[in-house]
Amino acid sequence: MSTRGNVWIFIEQEGGKIAEVSLELVCKATELAKRLGTKSEAVILGDKLDGKFDVLFHYGCSTVYQIEDKALEPFTVLPYAQALVKLLKQHKPNILLFGATLKGRELGPRVASEMLCGLTADCTDLQIDDFEDKINKANYKDKLMQIRPAFGGNIIATIVNTWEDPQMVTVREGVMKLTTPDTSKKGKIVKITPELSPETKVMKVIERVRKPKSVDLKKASIIVSGGYGVGTKENFKLVEQLAEALGGQVAASRAAVDAGWINHDYQVGQTGVTVRPKLYIACGISGSVQHVAGMNESAKIIAINSDPEAPIFSVAHYGIVGELNDVIPKIIKAFKAKV
Amino acid sequence: MKRQLMVFVKQVPDTKNISGEAMTPEGTVNRAALPAIFNPEDLNALELGLQLKEKYNFKVIVATMGPPNASEVLREALYRGADEAILITDRAFAGADTLATSYALSCCVKSIGNVELILCGRQAIDGDTAQVGPQLAEKLNIPQIAYVEEVIDASGKSIKARRAIEGGYEILESPLPTLLTVIDANEPRPASAKGIMKYKKAKTRSEVAKQLRDADYTEAAVLAEKETILRSKNLWIHEWDAAKINADVNRIGLKGSPTKVKKIESVVLKAGKVVSIEPSEAGINGLIRELIEDHTLG
Repeated sequence: MSTRGNVWIFIEQEGGKIAEVSLELVCKATELAKRLGTKSEAVILGDKLDGKFDVLFHYGCSTVYQIEDKALEPFTVLPYAQALVKLLKQHKPNILLFGATLKGRELGPRVASEMLCGLTADCTDLQIDDFEDKINKANYKDKLMQIRPAFGGNIIATIVNTWEDPQMVTVREGVMKLTTPDTSKKGKIVKITPELSPETKVMKVIERVRKPKSVDLKKASIIVSGGYGVGTKENFKLVEQLAEALGGQVAASRAAVDAGWINHDYQVGQTGVTVRPKLYIACGISGSVQHVAGMNESAKIIAINSDPEAPIFSVAHYGIVGELNDVIPKIIKAFKAKV
Repeated sequence: MKRQLMVFVKQVPDTKNISGEAMTPEGTVNRAALPAIFNPEDLNALELGLQLKEKYNFKVIVATMGPPNASEVLREALYRGADEAILITDRAFAGADTLATSYALSCCVKSIGNVELILCGRQAIDGDTAQVGPQLAEKLNIPQIAYVEEVIDASGKSIKARRAIEGGYEILESPLPTLLTVIDANEPRPASAKGIMKYKKAKTRSEVAKQLRDADYTEAAVLAEKETILRSKNLWIHEWDAAKINADVNRIGLKGSPTKVKKIESVVLKAGKVVSIEPSEAGINGLIRELIEDHTLG
């Protein structure tokens, strides 16, 4: 009989709505738990959560720990950290996953520091394997391999947490795939009222302004993306026209966002959104590793660039060496003629 | 006593401008291929610290943990207006992950005492973890405000700051001391010519000792005298080791790091079979026809 703890997911919610990345993590956690012979369990914090969290069971969780307190809405880091640390000490999960969101990346380190355990940021893959620590001559069985890009995406590192559980990671949004939910699955909800100390309530939220994201790139099946090679804000309209003509969504590389041609919601890549559409058209994008990390799983990639040596061509299925203001109108014309 | 704030900065390899291969044939990171720079968001943190200095008369103490030549970023900070600089350096710190690093930095803050505000860049471009700020706040048992865009008020015993949240912003108020992690939301000032003229002579003890050795002066008395002179001109960069900041040797460096690196691999873009399309009407018509036929388009 193993004494190993379960695989936990921190479920991020805003106004009772569960973040997409949390569901992605439930799917991954369920897969890891299956491999380890344990269970996947979710923990969600807030106030007056109405408990419509069946979707967590449908994706594979067996238990949802629902922690409720007035101080947990809206999110502030101190009460969240304390409530979570108490629960971790009580249940000793083997693994704890956070989405690498603003909240997850603020809360995760605070919790890991207090638990004195390791934390690996922005993982893009998680696997179970054994680990031999050659320096300290120690062997570890069935550890979580925490795989992440580092040095600006130029290397991929596999990290292992060798201290006490939980093995904690934050995971980048959009990289873990959703499985097919099974709506017949049910589970247990455990309601918890945390006893939060007064020191956790010293921060005040004076004003909070949120506007919905202007675009959901992850849902687009055709993406037309512009990079620095587009040249000017005026020229960026070409990219938009192509997207419109193909019934696709416009997007951009970081360079185009930094140049001020389009806002950050449209950014694909390591510091933006990870996408895998049916078709990705990269216009004037050189293809830095940071950008490629966010789009190289697209089913079809067309690269248009005037520089035949641009690295984007090495991940593309179709390469067009040419000027955008020549090539894009030709594509629009060809498509309109065929449809 | 003057109000004090600290800015933690880091010297990092310039991962955005990589020349040559990032990896050596032996599979280690080739730092020689990467020039060392002031971590970009730490410049934003410094800028915010200097604005607070101008507005509320804070003394700005800048500190970094790193190898001896990381003193370069401290001089860069002095050029821009920092008042005092500390290099935390010791072989025992080598191999530290974010937990061991934040512990060492917390020891430094405690050694100074009476620090009302701690500013860090959100993240460093070598690891991109954004963990050290929040972990340092936890180690010091103080509140944190992550992703700060601007400080609205720090005149009293609390701080009001605007910070980014998913899809918007928030204004938070927190009692001092508080730690802020700062994002790329201000325009860091350049080094001033006056600052460079004065502080290019700022040195750590090791740098002074090396200078003297090169000139064949080895007596301790000469070093001590030089130290007195530099201190009197505010050109002395403090160099603190693990003992000086009372760090527990079991909690720093590799020993204090729960995470181990199992392996690192260079990212090689998969050399796919790219089909070249002529930028002519015929070439593009052919491509579009193919994509419509396989139902990618239309």
